[in-house]
Amino acid sequence: MRSFLPHYSLVAPSSLPEVLALLGMSPPRRPFAGGTDLMVLLEAGTLPEGGYVGLWHLQELRGIKDSGEAIEIGALTTYTEIASHPLLQADWPLLCRAAEETGGVATQNRGTIGGNIANASPAADTPPALIAYDAELEIVSTRGTRRVPYDRFHTGYKQMDLGADELIARIHLPKRPGSWRQYYRKVGTRRAQAIAKVCMAVACDINADGVVDDIRIALGSVSPTVVRARAAEAALRGHGLTDATITAAEAALEREIAPIDDIRSTARYRLRVARALLREALRL
Amino acid sequence: MSDAAPCTIRFVVNGRAVDVDAHPMARLLDVLRVELGLTGTKEGCGEGECGACSVLVNGELVNSCLTPVLQAAGATITTIEGIAGADATLSALQQAFIEHGGAQCGICTPGMIIAATSLLARHPDPTEAEVRTGLAGNLCRCTGYMRIFEAVMKAAAR
Repeated sequence: MRSFLPHYSLVAPSSLPEVLALLGMSPPRRPFAGGTDLMVLLEAGTLPEGGYVGLWHLQELRGIKDSGEAIEIGALTTYTEIASHPLLQADWPLLCRAAEETGGVATQNRGTIGGNIANASPAADTPPALIAYDAELEIVSTRGTRRVPYDRFHTGYKQMDLGADELIARIHLPKRPGSWRQYYRKVGTRRAQAIAKVCMAVACDINADGVVDDIRIALGSVSPTVVRARAAEAALRGHGLTDATITAAEAALEREIAPIDDIRSTARYRLRVARALLREALRL
Repeated sequence: MSDAAPCTIRFVVNGRAVDVDAHPMARLLDVLRVELGLTGTKEGCGEGECGACSVLVNGELVNSCLTPVLQAAGATITTIEGIAGADATLSALQQAFIEHGGAQCGICTPGMIIAATSLLARHPDPTEAEVRTGLAGNLCRCTGYMRIFEAVMKAAAR
Protein backbone atom coordinates (compact mmCIF):
# COMPACT_ATOMS: atom_id res chain seq x y z
CA MET A 1 0.00 0.00 0.00
CA ARG A 2 1.18 3.51 -0.74
CA SER A 3 2.67 5.57 2.03
CA PHE A 4 0.60 8.28 3.68
CA LEU A 5 2.30 11.54 2.67
CA PRO A 6 1.34 13.60 5.77
CA HIS A 7 3.60 11.26 7.77
CA TYR A 8 6.59 12.56 5.82
CA SER A 9 8.31 15.86 5.40
CA LEU A 10 10.87 16.99 2.87
CA VAL A 11 12.86 20.19 3.04
CA ALA A 12 15.64 21.38 0.78
CA PRO A 13 17.96 23.89 2.42
CA SER A 14 20.22 25.72 0.02
CA SER A 15 23.66 24.85 1.39
CA LEU A 16 25.60 21.84 2.67
CA PRO A 17 26.15 23.27 6.20
CA GLU A 18 22.37 23.70 6.60
CA VAL A 19 21.83 20.13 5.39
CA LEU A 20 24.40 18.79 7.86
CA ALA A 21 22.80 20.76 10.69
CA LEU A 22 19.44 19.10 9.94
CA LEU A 23 21.02 15.64 9.74
CA GLY A 24 22.57 16.28 13.16
CA MET A 25 19.29 17.15 14.86
CA SER A 26 17.28 14.74 16.96
CA PRO A 27 15.44 12.87 15.61
CA PRO A 28 17.71 13.02 12.58
CA ARG A 29 16.32 13.71 9.15
CA ARG A 30 17.38 11.32 6.45
CA PRO A 31 19.11 12.36 3.23
CA PHE A 32 17.11 12.23 0.01
CA ALA A 33 19.13 12.48 -3.22
CA GLY A 34 17.78 11.67 -6.71
CA GLY A 35 14.88 9.60 -5.37
CA THR A 36 15.19 6.61 -7.71
CA ASP A 37 15.33 4.21 -4.77
CA LEU A 38 13.43 6.10 -2.05
CA MET A 39 10.43 6.96 -4.24
CA VAL A 40 10.02 3.25 -5.01
CA LEU A 41 9.83 2.56 -1.27
CA LEU A 42 7.39 5.45 -0.81
CA GLU A 43 5.07 3.96 -3.40
CA ALA A 44 5.42 0.50 -1.86
CA GLY A 45 4.59 1.86 1.61
CA THR A 46 7.96 0.82 3.06
CA LEU A 47 9.81 4.14 3.24
CA PRO A 48 10.53 4.89 6.92
CA GLU A 49 8.25 7.71 8.07
CA GLY A 50 9.66 11.01 9.25
CA GLY A 51 11.71 13.91 8.00
CA TYR A 52 13.92 13.97 4.92
CA VAL A 53 16.43 16.47 3.60
CA GLY A 54 16.51 16.97 -0.15
CA LEU A 55 20.02 17.13 -1.61
CA TRP A 56 19.33 17.22 -5.33
CA HIS A 57 20.09 20.93 -5.80
CA LEU A 58 23.41 20.96 -3.85
CA GLN A 59 25.91 21.89 -6.55
CA GLU A 60 28.83 21.52 -4.12
CA LEU A 61 28.30 17.74 -4.06
CA ARG A 62 28.09 17.36 -7.82
CA GLY A 63 30.65 16.87 -10.54
CA ILE A 64 33.96 15.17 -11.25
CA LYS A 65 37.37 16.74 -10.83
CA ASP A 66 41.03 15.83 -10.95
CA SER A 67 42.75 16.68 -7.65
CA GLY A 68 46.20 15.55 -8.83
CA GLU A 69 46.51 12.34 -6.82
CA ALA A 70 42.94 11.21 -7.28
CA ILE A 71 39.75 11.76 -9.16
CA GLU A 72 37.01 13.15 -6.94
CA ILE A 73 33.41 12.37 -7.72
CA GLY A 74 30.75 14.38 -5.90
CA ALA A 75 28.22 12.06 -4.26
CA LEU A 76 25.34 13.66 -6.18
CA THR A 77 26.94 13.00 -9.55
CA THR A 78 24.47 11.08 -11.69
CA TYR A 79 25.07 7.88 -13.63
CA THR A 80 24.63 9.88 -16.83
CA GLU A 81 27.41 12.28 -15.82
CA ILE A 82 29.68 9.39 -14.81
CA ALA A 83 29.06 7.34 -17.97
CA SER A 84 29.88 10.27 -20.26
CA HIS A 85 32.86 11.80 -18.43
CA PRO A 86 36.09 11.78 -20.51
CA LEU A 87 38.46 11.33 -17.52
CA LEU A 88 36.53 8.33 -16.26
CA GLN A 89 36.09 6.87 -19.75
CA ALA A 90 39.87 7.02 -20.24
CA ASP A 91 41.13 5.52 -16.98
CA TRP A 92 38.18 4.28 -14.94
CA PRO A 93 36.04 2.66 -17.63
CA LEU A 94 34.53 0.04 -15.29
CA LEU A 95 32.69 2.80 -13.48
CA CYS A 96 31.31 4.13 -16.78
CA ARG A 97 30.21 0.61 -17.74
CA ALA A 98 28.50 0.15 -14.37
CA ALA A 99 26.76 3.51 -14.68
CA GLU A 100 25.44 2.85 -18.15
CA GLU A 101 24.13 -0.57 -17.14
CA THR A 102 22.18 0.79 -14.17
CA GLY A 103 18.51 1.13 -15.13
CA GLY A 104 17.49 3.07 -18.23
CA VAL A 105 18.24 6.65 -19.29
CA ALA A 106 15.63 8.15 -16.93
CA THR A 107 17.09 6.35 -13.91
CA GLN A 108 20.62 7.30 -14.97
CA ASN A 109 19.60 10.97 -15.16
CA ARG A 110 18.41 11.00 -11.53
CA GLY A 111 20.24 8.18 -9.77
CA THR A 112 23.39 9.36 -7.96
CA ILE A 113 26.53 7.46 -7.09
CA GLY A 114 26.30 8.48 -3.42
CA GLY A 115 22.72 7.27 -3.35
CA ASN A 116 23.76 3.98 -4.93
CA ILE A 117 26.35 3.52 -2.15
CA ALA A 118 24.10 4.59 0.74
CA ASN A 119 21.17 2.49 -0.48
CA ALA A 120 23.59 -0.35 0.34
CA SER A 121 22.04 -2.93 -1.95
CA PRO A 122 24.27 -5.99 -2.36
CA ALA A 123 23.08 -6.02 -5.99
CA ALA A 124 24.13 -2.44 -6.82
CA ASP A 125 26.13 -2.01 -10.01
CA THR A 126 28.70 0.70 -9.25
CA PRO A 127 30.12 -0.64 -5.93
CA PRO A 128 32.09 -3.56 -7.45
CA ALA A 129 33.82 -1.09 -9.77
CA LEU A 130 34.55 1.25 -6.83
CA ILE A 131 36.16 -1.60 -4.88
CA ALA A 132 38.24 -2.63 -7.90
CA TYR A 133 39.55 0.94 -7.99
CA ASP A 134 40.39 1.17 -4.24
CA ALA A 135 37.89 3.98 -3.82
CA GLU A 136 37.73 5.96 -0.59
CA LEU A 137 34.66 7.71 0.72
CA GLU A 138 34.81 11.23 2.12
CA ILE A 139 32.15 11.45 4.80
CA VAL A 140 31.06 14.74 6.32
CA SER A 141 29.00 15.85 9.30
CA THR A 142 28.89 18.81 11.67
CA ARG A 143 31.61 16.92 13.61
CA GLY A 144 34.03 17.12 10.68
CA THR A 145 35.29 15.08 7.74
CA ARG A 146 36.64 11.54 7.66
CA ARG A 147 37.76 9.05 5.05
CA VAL A 148 36.77 5.38 4.83
CA PRO A 149 38.21 2.84 2.42
CA TYR A 150 35.18 1.74 0.45
CA ASP A 151 35.94 -1.97 0.73
CA ARG A 152 35.36 -1.64 4.49
CA PHE A 153 32.28 0.59 4.35
CA HIS A 154 29.54 -2.04 4.08
CA THR A 155 29.47 -4.02 7.31
CA GLY A 156 26.47 -6.32 6.83
CA TYR A 157 23.23 -6.54 4.88
CA LYS A 158 22.12 -2.89 4.47
CA GLN A 159 24.55 -1.98 7.28
CA MET A 160 27.32 0.54 6.80
CA ASP A 161 29.88 2.67 8.54
CA LEU A 162 27.77 5.84 8.35
CA GLY A 163 26.22 7.66 11.29
CA ALA A 164 22.71 9.12 11.14
CA ASP A 165 24.23 12.61 11.11
CA GLU A 166 26.75 11.81 8.37
CA LEU A 167 26.60 12.24 4.62
CA ILE A 168 28.74 10.75 1.86
CA ALA A 169 30.20 13.85 0.22
CA ARG A 170 32.69 12.55 -2.33
CA ILE A 171 34.24 9.41 -3.71
CA HIS A 172 38.00 9.47 -4.29
CA LEU A 173 39.56 7.21 -6.91
CA PRO A 174 43.35 7.10 -6.43
CA LYS A 175 45.45 7.23 -9.58
CA ARG A 176 47.45 4.10 -10.28
CA PRO A 177 50.81 3.80 -11.98
CA GLY A 178 51.20 1.46 -14.93
CA SER A 179 48.54 -0.16 -16.98
CA TRP A 180 45.95 -2.32 -15.30
CA ARG A 181 43.80 -4.83 -17.10
CA GLN A 182 40.18 -4.14 -16.32
CA TYR A 183 37.04 -6.21 -16.51
CA TYR A 184 33.38 -5.61 -15.67
CA ARG A 185 30.41 -7.79 -16.37
CA LYS A 186 26.89 -7.73 -15.07
CA VAL A 187 24.76 -10.80 -15.66
CA GLY A 188 21.01 -10.17 -15.50
CA THR A 189 17.82 -11.46 -17.08
CA ARG A 190 17.84 -8.79 -19.73
CA ARG A 191 20.59 -6.44 -20.89
CA ALA A 192 18.69 -3.29 -20.02
CA GLN A 193 16.91 -2.33 -16.82
CA ALA A 194 17.60 -5.64 -15.01
CA ILE A 195 18.96 -6.06 -11.49
CA ALA A 196 22.10 -8.20 -11.46
CA LYS A 197 22.12 -11.94 -10.73
CA VAL A 198 25.90 -11.63 -10.46
CA CYS A 199 28.19 -8.73 -11.19
CA MET A 200 32.01 -8.72 -11.18
CA ALA A 201 34.67 -6.05 -11.50
CA VAL A 202 38.37 -6.88 -11.75
CA ALA A 203 41.43 -4.63 -11.99
CA CYS A 204 44.70 -6.49 -12.45
CA ASP A 205 48.33 -5.43 -12.81
CA ILE A 206 50.32 -8.08 -14.69
CA ASN A 207 54.07 -7.54 -15.06
CA ALA A 208 56.28 -8.19 -18.09
CA ASP A 209 56.86 -11.80 -16.95
CA GLY A 210 53.13 -12.46 -16.94
CA VAL A 211 52.96 -12.55 -13.15
CA VAL A 212 50.08 -10.91 -11.26
CA ASP A 213 51.71 -8.09 -9.29
CA ASP A 214 48.43 -6.85 -7.85
CA ILE A 215 44.75 -7.49 -8.32
CA ARG A 216 41.32 -6.41 -7.04
CA ILE A 217 38.27 -8.58 -7.50
CA ALA A 218 34.82 -7.43 -6.37
CA LEU A 219 31.38 -8.92 -6.77
CA GLY A 220 27.76 -7.91 -6.37
CA SER A 221 24.70 -10.10 -5.66
CA VAL A 222 26.67 -13.00 -4.13
CA SER A 223 26.86 -11.98 -0.46
CA PRO A 224 24.97 -9.83 2.08
CA THR A 225 27.06 -6.88 0.84
CA VAL A 226 29.04 -6.12 -2.26
CA VAL A 227 32.29 -7.97 -1.50
CA ARG A 228 35.96 -7.90 -2.27
CA ALA A 229 37.22 -11.43 -3.03
CA ARG A 230 40.42 -11.29 -0.99
CA ALA A 231 41.06 -15.06 -0.98
CA ALA A 232 40.80 -15.26 -4.77
CA GLU A 233 43.09 -12.22 -5.03
CA ALA A 234 45.63 -13.93 -2.73
CA ALA A 235 45.51 -17.09 -4.84
CA LEU A 236 46.51 -15.03 -7.87
CA ARG A 237 48.95 -12.46 -6.50
CA GLY A 238 52.55 -13.43 -7.35
CA HIS A 239 51.51 -16.13 -9.81
CA GLY A 240 51.32 -16.42 -13.58
CA LEU A 241 47.87 -16.94 -15.03
CA THR A 242 48.15 -20.67 -15.63
CA ASP A 243 45.16 -22.97 -15.72
CA ALA A 244 46.11 -24.34 -12.29
CA THR A 245 46.32 -20.85 -10.76
CA ILE A 246 42.99 -19.82 -12.23
CA THR A 247 41.33 -23.01 -10.99
CA ALA A 248 42.76 -22.39 -7.51
CA ALA A 249 41.44 -18.81 -7.59
CA GLU A 250 37.99 -20.02 -8.64
CA ALA A 251 37.96 -22.48 -5.75
CA ALA A 252 39.00 -19.74 -3.33
CA LEU A 253 36.29 -17.48 -4.72
CA GLU A 254 33.65 -20.16 -4.27
CA ARG A 255 34.61 -20.52 -0.61
CA GLU A 256 34.46 -16.81 0.19
CA ILE A 257 31.13 -15.85 -1.37
CA ALA A 258 27.73 -16.86 -0.04
CA PRO A 259 25.08 -16.45 -2.74
CA ILE A 260 21.46 -17.27 -1.98
CA ASP A 261 18.35 -18.42 -3.81
CA ASP A 262 15.99 -15.47 -4.35
CA ILE A 263 13.52 -14.11 -6.89
CA ARG A 264 16.27 -13.27 -9.35
CA SER A 265 18.40 -16.39 -9.35
CA THR A 266 19.68 -19.40 -7.43
CA ALA A 267 22.76 -19.90 -5.29
CA ARG A 268 23.93 -22.69 -7.60
CA TYR A 269 23.66 -20.56 -10.73
CA ARG A 270 25.36 -17.60 -9.08
CA LEU A 271 28.32 -19.71 -7.93
CA ARG A 272 28.75 -21.16 -11.38
CA VAL A 273 28.53 -17.76 -13.08
CA ALA A 274 30.87 -16.14 -10.54
CA ARG A 275 33.52 -18.77 -11.32
CA ALA A 276 33.00 -18.37 -15.05
CA LEU A 277 33.26 -14.57 -14.85
CA LEU A 278 36.54 -14.83 -12.94
CA ARG A 279 37.93 -17.18 -15.58
CA GLU A 280 36.77 -14.86 -18.34
CA ALA A 281 38.29 -11.83 -16.61
CA LEU A 282 41.66 -13.52 -16.18
CA ARG A 283 41.84 -14.77 -19.73
CA LEU A 284 41.30 -11.41 -21.38
CA MET B 1 5.81 18.81 11.49
CA SER B 2 4.92 22.07 9.86
CA ASP B 3 7.00 21.33 6.77
CA ALA B 4 4.83 18.26 6.09
CA ALA B 5 2.13 20.69 5.01
CA PRO B 6 1.64 21.43 1.33
CA CYS B 7 3.91 24.07 -0.07
CA THR B 8 3.61 26.15 -3.19
CA ILE B 9 5.86 24.95 -5.97
CA ARG B 10 6.36 26.95 -9.12
CA PHE B 11 7.50 25.54 -12.45
CA VAL B 12 6.87 25.86 -16.16
CA VAL B 13 5.04 23.06 -17.91
CA ASN B 14 4.68 23.00 -21.69
CA GLY B 15 5.48 26.71 -21.82
CA ARG B 16 2.95 27.70 -19.14
CA ALA B 17 4.06 28.95 -15.70
CA VAL B 18 2.14 27.21 -12.92
CA ASP B 19 1.94 27.38 -9.11
CA VAL B 20 0.78 24.21 -7.43
CA ASP B 21 0.07 23.53 -3.78
CA ALA B 22 1.38 20.07 -3.07
CA HIS B 23 3.19 17.97 -0.52
CA PRO B 24 6.89 18.32 -1.42
CA MET B 25 7.26 14.53 -1.64
CA ALA B 26 4.19 14.09 -3.87
CA ARG B 27 5.03 12.38 -7.11
CA LEU B 28 5.43 14.76 -10.03
CA LEU B 29 3.27 12.23 -11.92
CA ASP B 30 0.30 12.84 -9.59
CA VAL B 31 0.73 16.60 -9.62
CA LEU B 32 0.73 16.64 -13.43
CA ARG B 33 -2.29 14.38 -13.73
CA VAL B 34 -4.43 15.36 -10.76
CA GLU B 35 -3.55 18.99 -10.04
CA LEU B 36 -2.85 20.12 -13.59
CA GLY B 37 -5.12 17.78 -15.57
CA LEU B 38 -2.26 16.67 -17.81
CA THR B 39 -3.44 13.06 -18.06
CA GLY B 40 -1.40 12.23 -21.15
CA THR B 41 1.42 11.12 -18.85
CA LYS B 42 0.54 7.56 -17.79
CA GLU B 43 1.25 5.51 -14.71
CA GLY B 44 2.44 2.00 -15.44
CA CYS B 45 4.47 0.33 -12.72
CA GLY B 46 4.96 3.24 -10.31
CA GLU B 47 8.49 2.05 -9.58
CA GLY B 48 10.68 3.29 -12.40
CA GLU B 49 10.72 0.09 -14.43
CA CYS B 50 8.37 0.84 -17.33
CA GLY B 51 8.86 4.46 -18.46
CA ALA B 52 5.13 5.12 -19.08
CA CYS B 53 5.37 8.24 -16.90
CA SER B 54 8.39 9.72 -18.72
CA VAL B 55 8.58 13.51 -18.90
CA LEU B 56 11.38 15.95 -19.65
CA VAL B 57 12.64 18.07 -16.74
CA ASN B 58 14.98 20.81 -17.98
CA GLY B 59 15.32 18.72 -21.13
CA GLU B 60 16.36 15.59 -19.23
CA LEU B 61 14.36 12.38 -19.38
CA VAL B 62 12.98 11.39 -15.95
CA ASN B 63 10.37 9.02 -14.58
CA SER B 64 7.76 11.34 -13.06
CA CYS B 65 6.68 8.56 -10.66
CA LEU B 66 10.13 8.72 -9.03
CA THR B 67 10.40 12.50 -8.94
CA PRO B 68 9.20 14.29 -5.80
CA VAL B 69 7.55 17.49 -6.96
CA LEU B 70 9.98 19.52 -4.85
CA GLN B 71 12.68 18.58 -7.40
CA ALA B 72 10.56 20.26 -10.09
CA ALA B 73 10.66 23.65 -8.34
CA GLY B 74 11.90 26.23 -10.84
CA ALA B 75 12.19 23.64 -13.61
CA THR B 76 10.93 23.64 -17.17
CA ILE B 77 8.88 20.52 -17.84
CA THR B 78 7.66 19.01 -21.08
CA THR B 79 4.93 16.38 -21.06
CA ILE B 80 3.38 14.59 -24.04
CA GLU B 81 0.84 17.44 -24.29
CA GLY B 82 3.73 19.78 -25.10
CA ILE B 83 5.23 17.74 -27.94
CA ALA B 84 2.87 18.67 -30.77
CA GLY B 85 3.04 22.22 -32.17
CA ALA B 86 0.73 24.98 -30.94
CA ASP B 87 -1.54 24.38 -33.94
CA ALA B 88 -1.69 20.67 -33.01
CA THR B 89 0.75 19.72 -35.77
CA LEU B 90 2.25 16.39 -34.75
CA SER B 91 6.01 16.15 -34.27
CA ALA B 92 7.98 14.07 -36.77
CA LEU B 93 8.18 11.32 -34.13
CA GLN B 94 4.45 11.30 -33.47
CA GLN B 95 3.75 11.18 -37.22
CA ALA B 96 6.25 8.34 -37.68
CA PHE B 97 4.69 6.32 -34.83
CA ILE B 98 1.33 6.55 -36.63
CA GLU B 99 2.74 5.69 -40.04
CA HIS B 100 4.87 2.76 -38.86
CA GLY B 101 2.46 1.19 -36.36
CA GLY B 102 4.53 2.25 -33.35
CA ALA B 103 1.44 2.41 -31.13
CA GLN B 104 -1.13 -0.23 -30.32
CA CYS B 105 -2.93 -0.05 -26.97
CA GLY B 106 -1.32 3.34 -26.36
CA ILE B 107 -0.38 3.15 -22.69
CA CYS B 108 3.36 3.18 -23.31
CA THR B 109 3.14 5.60 -26.24
CA PRO B 110 3.40 8.97 -24.44
CA GLY B 111 6.48 7.71 -22.56
CA MET B 112 7.96 6.25 -25.75
CA ILE B 113 7.50 9.55 -27.59
CA ILE B 114 9.05 11.51 -24.72
CA ALA B 115 12.01 9.10 -24.41
CA ALA B 116 12.50 9.14 -28.19
CA THR B 117 12.30 12.96 -28.22
CA SER B 118 15.04 13.03 -25.58
CA LEU B 119 17.09 10.51 -27.59
CA LEU B 120 16.86 12.51 -30.82
CA ALA B 121 17.83 15.70 -28.97
CA ARG B 122 21.04 13.94 -27.87
CA HIS B 123 21.58 11.82 -31.00
CA PRO B 124 19.87 13.45 -34.00
CA ASP B 125 21.13 10.66 -36.26
CA PRO B 126 21.05 7.60 -33.98
CA THR B 127 22.19 4.08 -34.75
CA GLU B 128 19.67 1.35 -34.04
CA ALA B 129 21.77 0.42 -30.99
CA GLU B 130 21.42 3.98 -29.68
CA VAL B 131 17.66 3.82 -30.24
CA ARG B 132 17.49 0.56 -28.28
CA THR B 133 19.55 2.02 -25.44
CA GLY B 134 17.56 5.26 -25.45
CA LEU B 135 14.28 3.35 -25.11
CA ALA B 136 15.60 0.61 -22.81
CA GLY B 137 13.69 2.05 -19.86
CA ASN B 138 10.35 2.05 -21.71
CA LEU B 139 8.37 -1.16 -21.82
CA CYS B 140 5.75 -2.00 -24.44
CA ARG B 141 3.65 -5.14 -24.15
CA CYS B 142 1.99 -4.92 -27.60
CA THR B 143 4.24 -4.00 -30.46
CA GLY B 144 7.31 -6.17 -29.92
CA TYR B 145 9.36 -2.94 -30.19
CA MET B 146 10.47 -3.38 -33.82
CA ARG B 147 7.89 -0.95 -35.18
CA ILE B 148 8.76 1.54 -32.47
CA PHE B 149 12.46 1.37 -33.31
CA GLU B 150 11.57 1.68 -37.00
CA ALA B 151 9.40 4.74 -36.33
CA VAL B 152 12.22 6.46 -34.41
CA MET B 153 14.75 5.71 -37.16
CA LYS B 154 12.34 7.04 -39.79
CA ALA B 155 11.62 10.19 -37.79
CA ALA B 156 15.36 10.82 -37.40
CA ALA B 157 15.85 10.49 -41.15
CA ARG B 158 13.31 13.25 -41.85
